[in-house]
Amino acid sequence: MTVAPADVARIAALARIKVDESEIAALVPELNGILAWVDQLGEVDVTGVAPMTAVIANQLRLRADVVGADPLTGGGIRDAVLANAPAAEHGFFGVPKVIE
Amino acid sequence: MTYRITGTTGEWEVVIGLEVHAQIATASKLFSGAATAFGAEPNTQVSLIDAAMPGMLPVPNRECIRQAVRTGIAINAAINPWSRFDRKNYFYADLPQGYQISQLYHPLVGEGAVEITPDDKHPDQTKVIGVERIHVEQDAGKLMHDQHPTQSYVDLNRSGVALMEIVSKPDMRSPAEAGAYLAKLRTILRYVGSCDGNMDQGSMRADVNVSVRRPGAPFGTRTETKNVNSVRFVMATVDYEAKRQVKVLEAGGVIAQETRLFDPDSGTTRSMRSKEDAHDYRYFPDPDLLPLVLDPAFIDECRASLPELPDAKRQRYATTLGLSAYNAGVLTAEAETARWFEALLAHSAQLQGKAEADVARAAANWLTSELFGALNKLGTGLTDSPVSPEAGAALLALVGKGTISGSIAKHVLEKMLESGDAPDVIVAREGLTQTSDSGAIEAAAAAVLAANADKVAQYQAGKLALFGFFVGQTMKAMGGKANPQLVNDVLKAKLG
Amino acid sequence: MTELTDLGLVALRDGVAHGDFTATEVAGAFNAAVAEANGALNAFIVTTPDHALAAAARVDAARAAGEPLGKLAGVPIGMKDLFATKGVQTTAASKILGGFVPPYESSVSQKLWDAGAGLLGKLNLDQFAMGSSNETSAFGNVISPWRATGDAALRAPGGSSGGSSAAVAARIVAAATGTDTGGSIRQPAAFTGITGIKPTYGRCSRWGVVAFASSLDQAGAMARDVTDCAVMLEAMAGFDPKDATSLDLPVPDWRAALSDDLRGRTVGIPREYRLDGLNGDVAASWDQGIAWLKDAGARVVDISLPHTRYALPAYYIIAPAEASSNLARYDGVRYGLRDLPPGANLQDMYAATRAAGFGPEVKRRIMIGTYVLSAGFYDAYYTQAQKVRALIARDFTQAFQDVDVILTPTAPSSAFVLGEKSADPLEMYLNDVFSVPASLAGLPAMSVPAGLDRAGLPLGLHLIGRPFDEQTVLDAGLAIERRAAFVARPAKWW
Ligand SMILES: [Mg+2]
Ligand SMILES: [Zn+2]
Repeated sequence: MTVAPADVARIAALARIKVDESEIAALVPELNGILAWVDQLGEVDVTGVAPMTAVIANQLRLRADVVGADPLTGGGIRDAVLANAPAAEHGFFGVPKVIE
Repeated sequence: MTYRITGTTGEWEVVIGLEVHAQIATASKLFSGAATAFGAEPNTQVSLIDAAMPGMLPVPNRECIRQAVRTGIAINAAINPWSRFDRKNYFYADLPQGYQISQLYHPLVGEGAVEITPDDKHPDQTKVIGVERIHVEQDAGKLMHDQHPTQSYVDLNRSGVALMEIVSKPDMRSPAEAGAYLAKLRTILRYVGSCDGNMDQGSMRADVNVSVRRPGAPFGTRTETKNVNSVRFVMATVDYEAKRQVKVLEAGGVIAQETRLFDPDSGTTRSMRSKEDAHDYRYFPDPDLLPLVLDPAFIDECRASLPELPDAKRQRYATTLGLSAYNAGVLTAEAETARWFEALLAHSAQLQGKAEADVARAAANWLTSELFGALNKLGTGLTDSPVSPEAGAALLALVGKGTISGSIAKHVLEKMLESGDAPDVIVAREGLTQTSDSGAIEAAAAAVLAANADKVAQYQAGKLALFGFFVGQTMKAMGGKANPQLVNDVLKAKLG
Repeated sequence: MTELTDLGLVALRDGVAHGDFTATEVAGAFNAAVAEANGALNAFIVTTPDHALAAAARVDAARAAGEPLGKLAGVPIGMKDLFATKGVQTTAASKILGGFVPPYESSVSQKLWDAGAGLLGKLNLDQFAMGSSNETSAFGNVISPWRATGDAALRAPGGSSGGSSAAVAARIVAAATGTDTGGSIRQPAAFTGITGIKPTYGRCSRWGVVAFASSLDQAGAMARDVTDCAVMLEAMAGFDPKDATSLDLPVPDWRAALSDDLRGRTVGIPREYRLDGLNGDVAASWDQGIAWLKDAGARVVDISLPHTRYALPAYYIIAPAEASSNLARYDGVRYGLRDLPPGANLQDMYAATRAAGFGPEVKRRIMIGTYVLSAGFYDAYYTQAQKVRALIARDFTQAFQDVDVILTPTAPSSAFVLGEKSADPLEMYLNDVFSVPASLAGLPAMSVPAGLDRAGLPLGLHLIGRPFDEQTVLDAGLAIERRAAFVARPAKWW
């Protein structure tokens, strides 16, 4: 598979990374080089092979429904949650106004 | 019966599918230990995980899985012993991780069905709506747009709250069916206890997929109206969307597959600008979570823990208790109503020394007509009823044993609601005990007939409906306390 | 007397415990060494001398009070800046996390502090652990303390744990944490003549570690020798209920069981690793390793891991795919950089922030990951890669029916000159050709120094074990270590 500049622009938009024309021009051959290289995976006969789901055989563990059982994973820590926010006001995170 | 929209070029059929998001009733969130209580101060129920701090990891809440499985069993759905969580990737300010943990490829619950009664007036006419799947996923946070001139505010209290997404098949064909489906689903969830069903608090909301087509034609392009939060609004959404689409199509236009928003004030829908972005969610298995493998014993426990469900209960009320289809429907529509009714029934049977089936009809009639009516006037409901099932049963026992008449019972109920006193106390205080004094009844009946000679003549000429009038007048003369059977007998004898 | 900074982890711990010196003296010596070297090596993004001194003071007080001392009591270490450290800036070497001060401590670092270690500072790395030379850091390249004989060119310390490898090699930390997604502990260890182990996936909690590729990321230990690595890993590992992929297994006492007697054990030599044009010094070092293991009593057999050549391309689909999603949270809303151009709406802000905050290699991988997951490509790329990954894991499972441990070179070359490979991403990716397969299969693996190549630069040998069998990996590592008797260290030029 190869990508054209329009594809790169679409991927960048999907990934929310602003790119200008010159960056797109540079990315096209780079991404195509990587894609051409990974394309060799298509050679592998994977008939009857299930995609890997767990690296080490293991099942999902579930936790009990308890609020704040571990303070590290519980709530009630608004100051800590907001402490690094570029724009926090009145207990909220601020973002540019969204029109829905 | 068949719902059709008549346009300028002929008839159209509407096709509806609902994706219902129901908040799973748990104390803590799906993947974190933060609380889920409604109405908390902004961002106070947010863990480091819910705020998607770097390096944070999800660990699933067993109760969320359990409640979703119980819900699945309640709609006769297949429970998948192997399921998995996937990430749905998109960027929005209410989605701190940049992805929602959901289940696309291997949902927890497979196909099931919900039986609905679209028309209250025809409780015997049912329709089965297919459920495609139920999957478990995270809720998003909330954006506030009206607090600041140039900013939206983000509250992550809901971020990470557990939802079941219950996806119907496109089996509904009218606003009434869509409304009935949502109402029935809410009933089931409340019975199961997996969701509180409080739609005004956002505990349950529906994405309404609507398309129109010529009857029998292939499906048309659908629109999805997001987060509609009442049965009435769902019906309004379907109604508006279907008519709008017919109008567009008949004018030669095409329906855009888009996300729309319902405006409750105007009853209309509009395109949602913020969600117009190309949908490419890049779903893939969440590498932070291993496959979810359910032990058969876990599923068995879920099954065993289910209460009697509304359909089974309704069936039992009609067959075993002999209730009318209407009453059976009304009494099972809410788990709380059925619970109240069953308490009333048990106490009635006990107080009157009869089998439940023998007191059930009287209890059901009294509850659905007398008590509901009275509570309605007071602007309250069964949950807050000043009259308990025990007190109601005591009142019914007074009628059943002939101590008071049905009409006196209405009066006693009013007093019970006012004073909170027991019915026998009120009857004794007001001297309401019914009389079987045949002399007094004979005298009263004779006076009534004498005063209404013209009506007696009409009756004897064949206008038999007047009998009820004579009964009513005699009862009135007796201050309502006469034994109605005796009144009947006396009047029958006198009128020949 | 030898300088305190010449001592490794176990020697320092034991010395403090015996009262040969105080933890405070140790912390002071290392703080001074860090201060002296960091300008030249750029191994640390931030230094935390006060943290190291405070931890040392607690250890000295505990010792004075006769309280039991932890496994790492009095040992000053460096933390790769991918581990969240409460109250200390954590950046993943990216501008997008500039100034981020976590209000929480990663599970692994907490365990280390609980064991009595002190923090000298946060170590530089490739940005979001994406790189093999530590040239993608937003905080500048780490300079390897090593130089080729008669050549002052600045060399790469390897990556992504390049700050860790450089600091351990330069003797300015007693040990360091690393993380390994496709070789990020082992390759830098090989480049700098130190020892590094990545345990079985799930041994060390990922909670609080900035995620690169969740199904591959695994923390591990980097230290001066096998014994130090064993002790450090014991302190780092263990079940964590906060990580759903954490292994609920007891942590063995690896150090107590360490033995270089390999009689009765079988070592596999995978023929697919003998690449065409394999560097002669690397090939010779590998052969030497085989001889050492035979000398230690092991039986050595040839094995086949037929899907080896597909490991790297599979990795470069899976890791970027996971990364593209894991890095979506860096959006300028809750922490880190926000770039809000005038008139920008929310989505513009995301795009501007991420454009300004991520470095070129991170962007490249996010783009690749986004592409391979996007509509129409998911099955051809991601699903196919996960199937190939299953085949790679199956190759190992089959091989481990006959052998106990696998020996390969760690990297295809010794440390290259900075800038030499940064123009071509593919050439850089090839650095991980020997380390990636074990990562895809979640297996424990380690690099031990084997000697110097003809340029005077270290080479590493790579051992891969069965799931949960770190012990055999450590034992084989010890066998090589004893026979290699690697004592070379970089001349101090800083
Ligand atoms: Mg939906
Ligand atoms: Zn949903």
